Amino acid sequence: MTVLSTRAKLGVVVASAVLLGSVAAGYVAMAAEPARTPPSTTGDQAVTLTPGPRLLALTDRHLSTVATADPAGPRTVSGLECLRVYAAAGTGVCLRPETAWSYQVVVLDAALRQTRTVGVPGLPNRARVSASGRMVSWTTFVGGDSYTASGFSTRTGILDTATGTTVTSLEEFAITRDGRNYRSPDVNYWGVTFTADDNRFYATMSTAGKRYLVRGDVAARTVETVKENVECPSLSPDGTRIAFKEAIDADPAKGWRLSVLDLATMRVTATAETSSVDDQAAWLDGRTLAYTLRQSDGQPDVWSVPADGSGTPKLTIPGAESPAPLT
Amino acid sequence: MYLSTVSRPVADPPGSGPRRRRLALVSGNVVALGTVSLITDISAEMVAAVLPLYLVLGLQLSPVAFGVLDGVHTGATALLRVVGGFAADRFRRRKLIAGVGYTLSAVAKLGLLLAGRSIPAIGAVIAVDRLGKGVRSAPRDALITLSTPPEALGRAFGVHRAMDSVGAFLGPLAAFAVLLVVGQSYDAVFVTSFCVAAMAVVVLVLFVRERPAEQAADGPDDKAVSVREAFGLLRAGPARRLVLAAAMLGLATIGDGFVYLLLQRREDLGLRWFPLLAVGTSLAYLLLAAPLGVLADRIGRLPVVLGGYTALGATYLLLAGPVDGWPLIVLTLLLYGAFYAATDGVLIALAGPVLPARLRTTGIALVQTGQALAYLVSSVLFGLGWQAWGPEAAIRAAAVAVACVLVGTLLLLTAPSRLVTRRVSR
Repeated sequence: MTVLSTRAKLGVVVASAVLLGSVAAGYVAMAAEPARTPPSTTGDQAVTLTPGPRLLALTDRHLSTVATADPAGPRTVSGLECLRVYAAAGTGVCLRPETAWSYQVVVLDAALRQTRTVGVPGLPNRARVSASGRMVSWTTFVGGDSYTASGFSTRTGILDTATGTTVTSLEEFAITRDGRNYRSPDVNYWGVTFTADDNRFYATMSTAGKRYLVRGDVAARTVETVKENVECPSLSPDGTRIAFKEAIDADPAKGWRLSVLDLATMRVTATAETSSVDDQAAWLDGRTLAYTLRQSDGQPDVWSVPADGSGTPKLTIPGAESPAPLT
Repeated sequence: MYLSTVSRPVADPPGSGPRRRRLALVSGNVVALGTVSLITDISAEMVAAVLPLYLVLGLQLSPVAFGVLDGVHTGATALLRVVGGFAADRFRRRKLIAGVGYTLSAVAKLGLLLAGRSIPAIGAVIAVDRLGKGVRSAPRDALITLSTPPEALGRAFGVHRAMDSVGAFLGPLAAFAVLLVVGQSYDAVFVTSFCVAAMAVVVLVLFVRERPAEQAADGPDDKAVSVREAFGLLRAGPARRLVLAAAMLGLATIGDGFVYLLLQRREDLGLRWFPLLAVGTSLAYLLLAAPLGVLADRIGRLPVVLGGYTALGATYLLLAGPVDGWPLIVLTLLLYGAFYAATDGVLIALAGPVLPARLRTTGIALVQTGQALAYLVSSVLFGLGWQAWGPEAAIRAAAVAVACVLVGTLLLLTAPSRLVTRRVSR
C-alpha cells in the first residue's frame, strides 16, 4: 500500500466525510415527507362511537366509521390518529402516538372526547373494550430490553374505567399452568378479551416456547391455562365461542389460521380464510368475524368470514384496519 | 499465595526506556481504533434504536415471527469469531480482518433497505451485521495490545471502551434527529447509518496501522501460524487457564435483561422508564472505563477484574437486599456499570500479554467466545432458577455463583504461575 502523508490522509477523510455527508443529507431531504395531512374529514363531530349499524376502523391511521350495510361505501374519517382502536357501548380505546417514539392509551367517550390517558411502553399492538364499555385492555410490544431469546416481549394492561384501577402488566398475576402453580421470567401476555361479568377475561400467555389460552380474573389477580396454541382470543357476543389465530403446526413462523374454539366441547373449527391472519379478530355479529390482512406492500384491508367454517372470505373495508362493530 | 506476582504491574522489558514516556498517553493506533469504534457505534445504535419501530410499525411484521430467527445465530457467530481470529493471525492481517468485519456491518445497513418485508431476508441481514461485529472485535483488540506497551494496556483499553460507549450514546440521538426531519421514513435512518459506518471504514483504512514493529517483536519465527499451533494454545498452561477463567467468569453473568427486570419489579418502576436503566448503566460504564483502566495498570489487572466481579455480586445482592427506592436504582446501575468498566477491556488487557503475539487474535477470540458461550448457559440457568425458586432466591443463588467463580478464578490464575514470566517475555 502506498504511504500517504498525514495531510493527504486528512484530505481524504474530509473528502469522504463531505461525500458521505451529502449522500446522507440528500437522501434525508428526499425522504422528508411534507407533514401528513389527515385524510379528507367531515370533521370530528361526524364520527361518534354511539352504538348503531356502523363499523369502526382505521383509515390511514385515523379513526373512521362506515355503514355496516355498505362497508366499502362512503367513510367518515376523524382527525384522531390511532394505531389500534376498539369500541363498545359508547366507550372507545385508541393507541395513539404521543411523540415520534412513544405511545399512549386513550380512553374515549362516544363523542371522541378523551376521558383518560395511560402512558405505555413500546409499540401498540392490540386493544379491546368489554361489551359493557367498562373494562379496557391493551397490548404493546417492547423491544430492546429483552430478557428472552427472542428480542421482543409484550406488555398487556387492563383498566377498569368504573373504579380507575389499572393493572399495568398482567405479569403481576399468579399463574396456574396445567393445574399447578407456575412462574417464569419469560412469561408474556397478549390479546385480552373480556367476558360479560367485567371481571373474568381470556388472553394469550406465552412461556417456555409455548402459547396458551388463559382464563383470568381481574379481582383475584390470577390466570389459569385452558388450552395450548391459542393466540389473540376474541370471545363471541354470546360468550360460547372464542375466535383466535392458531399457529400452523404450533409454529408461529409458519403463519396462523383463523379458527374458532367452542368452549363447551373444546372443538376447534378452522374458518374458510386460508391466508395467515395475524390479528385479534372482531365479532361483527354472532356469526361473522372481521380481521385485517395486509397486501405485499403492507397496505391493510379489512376482511370478513363466517365463524362456522362455511362460506368464503370477503373483502369488507378496503384500505382499512383494526375493525370493530359499534355495538 | 502467588497473587502478588500476578497483580503487580508487569516489569518493563529490558531496554524499554522510551516506553516510560509513552505511558503518558495512549498510542495513535489506539486513538484511531477508538475513533473507528466510536463512529461505528453511532451507526449501529442508530439502527438498533429504530429497528423495532421499523419492523412493527413500518413493515407491520409480527415480532413473534422473527423472534424465531434470533438466538440461532449466536452459536455460528461464536465459531466464526474464532475462525476470523485465526485467519488474522495466520496471514498477519489483523487490520484487514477487522476491516472486513466493519465493512460487513456497514453493508448490512443497506441490506435492510433491500430486504423489504421478507422475514428471512431481514434475518439474514441481521445475521450479517452480527457476523461483522463478531469478526472484528478480536483483531481490533489484538491490534490494541500489539500497539501498546504491556504496562499501559489497561489505560489503552479503558480509553478505547470509553470512546466506544460515547458512540453508543450518540447513536440513538442521531437516529431521532433523522426521524424528526423525515417522519416515518426509516430508510433514511438506514442510509444515514450506512454513510456513518462507511466513514468509520475510511478512518480505519487511513489511520489504523497493522503493527509497524511486527517483524521485530514477532521474532525470527516467520512461519505462518498453523491450525495445530492454534489448538496448542488450549493445551499450553497459561492460555488455557485464561480461557477457562474467562468462561468461568462468563458463568457469573445473568445478562442485562434480568438485572433490569429485577430492578423494575423491585421498584415497580414505570415500565416506560425501563429503557433508561440501560442508559444509566452505560453512563457509569463510559465514565469509569478509562479511570479503572489506569487503575489496572497501577495495581494490576487481575485485582481490577476481580473487583469488577465483586461489584457484580454486590449488584445481585442489592437486587435481593434491604435497600429501596432511588438509592437502590442509583447504586445498582453504578455498580453494574462499574462491573462492565472493570472487566470488559481489562480482561483483554490481562489476557493480551499472556498470549504469544503470533497467536494473539486467536487467543483473544477464544477468550471472548468462551465468555459469550458461558453467558448463554448461565442466562438459561438463571431462567430455570427463577422458575423453580422465584426471582429473589434465584438472584441470591447468582450472587453465590459469583463468589464461587471469584475463588475459582483466583486459584486458576494465581496457581503455580509461569504466567507472569511468560507475560514479561511475551
